[in-house]
Amino acid sequence: MKIILKNITKTFPSRSRRVHTPVTAVDHFSFEIPDGQLIGLLGPSGCGKSTTLNMICGLETPTEGQIFFGDQDVTSLPPENRGVGMVFQNYALYPHLTVLQNILFPLQNLKGKNKLSKQEMLNRAQEAARLVQIQELMDRKPGELSGGQQQRVAIARALVKMPHVLLLDEPLSNLDARLRLQTREEIRKIQKATKITTVFVTHDQEEAMSISDCIVVMKDGLVQQTGKPQQVYDDPCNLFVARFLGTPQINVFKGFSKDGGIYLNDQKILSAKNLPDQELYIGIRPEGFILREDGPLSCQLSGIEVMGRDISVVSTHPACENQAIRSIISAENKVDLSSSVVHFALKPGKVFLFDRATDARIPADLA
Amino acid sequence: MKKRNYKGWLYLLPAILFLGVFMVYPLIDVFIYSFEEGYNSASQTYYGTGLYNYSYVLHDTYFLQAVKNTFILVIITVPLSTLLSLLISMAVSSIKALKNLFQTVYFLPYVTNTLAVGLVFMILFKKTAYTDGLINLMLAWFGKGPVDFIDGPYWAKMFVLCFYTIWVVMPFKVLILTGALASVDKNYYNAARVDGTSRFRTFIRITLPMISPTVFYLVITGFIGAFKAYSDAVALFGTDLNAAGMNTIVGYVYDMLYGNGGGYPSYASAAAIILFVIVLTITCINLLVSSSKKRI
Amino acid sequence: MKNQIDYIKIKASARRRRRFSQICLYTLLSIWGLIVLFPFYWMLLTSVKNYNSYNSEHIPAFFTLSPTLQNYKDAFTSVPLARYLGNTLFFTIVTTGIMMIVITLAAFAFARLSFPGKNLMFTLFLSLMMIPNELVIITNFVTITNLDMRNTFAGLILPSITSVFYIYLLKENFQQVPDELYRAAKVDGTSDLKYLCKVMIPICKPTMVTIGVLKVIECWNSYVWPRLITDNPDYYLVSNGIQEIRENGFGRENIPAMMAAVVVISLPLILLFLVFRKKIMSGVSKGGIKG
Repeated sequence: MKIILKNITKTFPSRSRRVHTPVTAVDHFSFEIPDGQLIGLLGPSGCGKSTTLNMICGLETPTEGQIFFGDQDVTSLPPENRGVGMVFQNYALYPHLTVLQNILFPLQNLKGKNKLSKQEMLNRAQEAARLVQIQELMDRKPGELSGGQQQRVAIARALVKMPHVLLLDEPLSNLDARLRLQTREEIRKIQKATKITTVFVTHDQEEAMSISDCIVVMKDGLVQQTGKPQQVYDDPCNLFVARFLGTPQINVFKGFSKDGGIYLNDQKILSAKNLPDQELYIGIRPEGFILREDGPLSCQLSGIEVMGRDISVVSTHPACENQAIRSIISAENKVDLSSSVVHFALKPGKVFLFDRATDARIPADLA
Repeated sequence: MKKRNYKGWLYLLPAILFLGVFMVYPLIDVFIYSFEEGYNSASQTYYGTGLYNYSYVLHDTYFLQAVKNTFILVIITVPLSTLLSLLISMAVSSIKALKNLFQTVYFLPYVTNTLAVGLVFMILFKKTAYTDGLINLMLAWFGKGPVDFIDGPYWAKMFVLCFYTIWVVMPFKVLILTGALASVDKNYYNAARVDGTSRFRTFIRITLPMISPTVFYLVITGFIGAFKAYSDAVALFGTDLNAAGMNTIVGYVYDMLYGNGGGYPSYASAAAIILFVIVLTITCINLLVSSSKKRI
Repeated sequence: MKNQIDYIKIKASARRRRRFSQICLYTLLSIWGLIVLFPFYWMLLTSVKNYNSYNSEHIPAFFTLSPTLQNYKDAFTSVPLARYLGNTLFFTIVTTGIMMIVITLAAFAFARLSFPGKNLMFTLFLSLMMIPNELVIITNFVTITNLDMRNTFAGLILPSITSVFYIYLLKENFQQVPDELYRAAKVDGTSDLKYLCKVMIPICKPTMVTIGVLKVIECWNSYVWPRLITDNPDYYLVSNGIQEIRENGFGRENIPAMMAAVVVISLPLILLFLVFRKKIMSGVSKGGIKG
């Protein structure tokens, strides 16, 4: 089912006794989620992504704006009538019920003509359990399961109602690193298999990028950028998005443009066409560096970190805003550690220019 | 090093002294008293040991009346006050505006003097030569005749006693239950809402199991407290509870000890021990029931 | 299209249900609030009613247009209410004060000092928590009588001084003070007692205030022990005073004056409660029992 968010805003009354201005959690958010896609809502904590999810779910009502499921306005519809399944951050599995009882729970709520017979319920529960591969855990209590298993039970419980929309709130944050990798692939697989429109919230950009069809980057209640993960990564619309996506983080320098050239201090690193002279932030992705003796950018070498396939060259530069510059280069390159200076050429496609005052991206034709 | 070792005892000394004299010694002594037949508190002599004190107490009509009263009080007030406090704390937990005000008001009876407010209840319920009292006035609105709740029929007196007891014990229960309800993770309710669970079902299947340890704690303390009822009855019916036919077991103990029929610490001890055994038995039964429930 | 209408209907009914349940909740809460508050209102109301007009009311009036303070004057003049209040105040302050000293020392010993037999002693203390007061009060009564301390403050106060529960509560709180502070104080050559007074007590003041306030409530409302141990009105506490007033006071029928006395007795605790509301409520929920 297609979900349309039209200009939704959510304000909360101030919690502090002294300040009475309401807090705006989500600010005029508009977005359309195509049917059957997996959308990642991404942002640092407190950016309003969970509030947005709760509004889609119906646990909270927008202060302004409308939410549509398909053609229907569901803005103030209570959650039970929306046909959504939700997986909570801490899973919210009822500790006193077994896994089977937990999965059956949503089905037992159905009333009237939707009511199912005992056998049907059991079949549905089994089917959901098979989807997430927990058939052999049905008689255990949630307390006896590992984090990953609890996670699957929670997904099964959300799926058993056959919802039109599946909502996941930080679904992987309680799992350890290895399990996270595995579970996120499984979520992707299940989503592909069921074709349920899925929205999930995370603060982990890697997680969002790796499984989403489309990501929405949020900050302070405002949508910064939406798009396909690769597209957002390659073409960030402002400094925040550029910084938020990608590990290691993008390297940011203070610089300026003059006479068709981009300068860091007095080093001209690239040339740009038709760019007025101005102060800039210059962002260079770690993979945008090329190790070359005659490269225009020279940095103080601090060391290298070997990562197997790649090596990460750590260096410093006076104009750099980060603590250290990290550049990823292929392990085939040899870095002369005895030298204190390292020279880089840059890949123009991996260099972004931002306005010093507004942080907004400045489109430029770099070479 | 050795010197410091014993300093700890020095700090404990006052506490040990007081507890020893006023708790440990009495605890042993009460059993001795209960077996000493014909103890005379003036001459501090007795002429035999045995179970006579117990048999006397168990055959005393006043004691049997007191046991009957206490049991009726327990059976009525414990379930009723627990249910009512559950209802009220659920309601308090699910509102936002005025929550603090309601909580404060509901807690007020806890800090009031049982005897003093009991007097107010007596006046509200009492029927005198001049006036039928406020409650009877209200009954009259429904066309029911005046009943003297304080000096009248047994059921009326019992009603007042139960009513007042519930009024007195509610603050504690509401406070504890509201705390327990607040500690249930809100996500469980959100999950239930998303699944379209009705309020009633949410309560039965989620809330109740989650707070059941607290409810159970309240039931046990409620039983123990209700078995020890005494000052509520005094507040309503005066010190001569035997005459009013509204004595409780604890009241019987004190009356045996001191008062119009007093001066018999042996009988008092026997009655106190019987009470202790009853309370212990009920508590054990409660524990057994709850642990067997958990297994299912 | 039909679906669309269904959605609107569902929305409307959901809103209606929510409003209805809100109304039900507030009605229920208000009713119970009324039941709780009404006795207080009635006692205040009756206490300002004129004696004669009260007695001529066959049907009790819910308000009075001519409030009088005469009843309060009567309450203080025709029965020794001031004496009862003074006694209770003295009893409460002395009992609470001594208890605080005793339990602080004991809790400190259990929480910080090491001495042989500590664990055994603590277990014994804990097991004393299960002893019902009714069992020990009999012997205490005999003991105090034999010591010839009936109708004395010593007889009233001594058995009420220790509370195992409060020792336990305070010990738990003391233990939360980091060990490092104690070691640092030892290195500086601070004596245990000085450490207790200068470090522990200031840090744990909130809990100590809570315990103190709970004990004050308990003392102010205590009835059974004072009743057993005093039969001379000079030593009556307010609870016994109220009972005495009820049975022999204002010639039994002066109910407005009686209510005035009740108001005077109840007021200090209600004020105390309003001041220490949060402390009292959190203290009680930690395990207070109706005193």
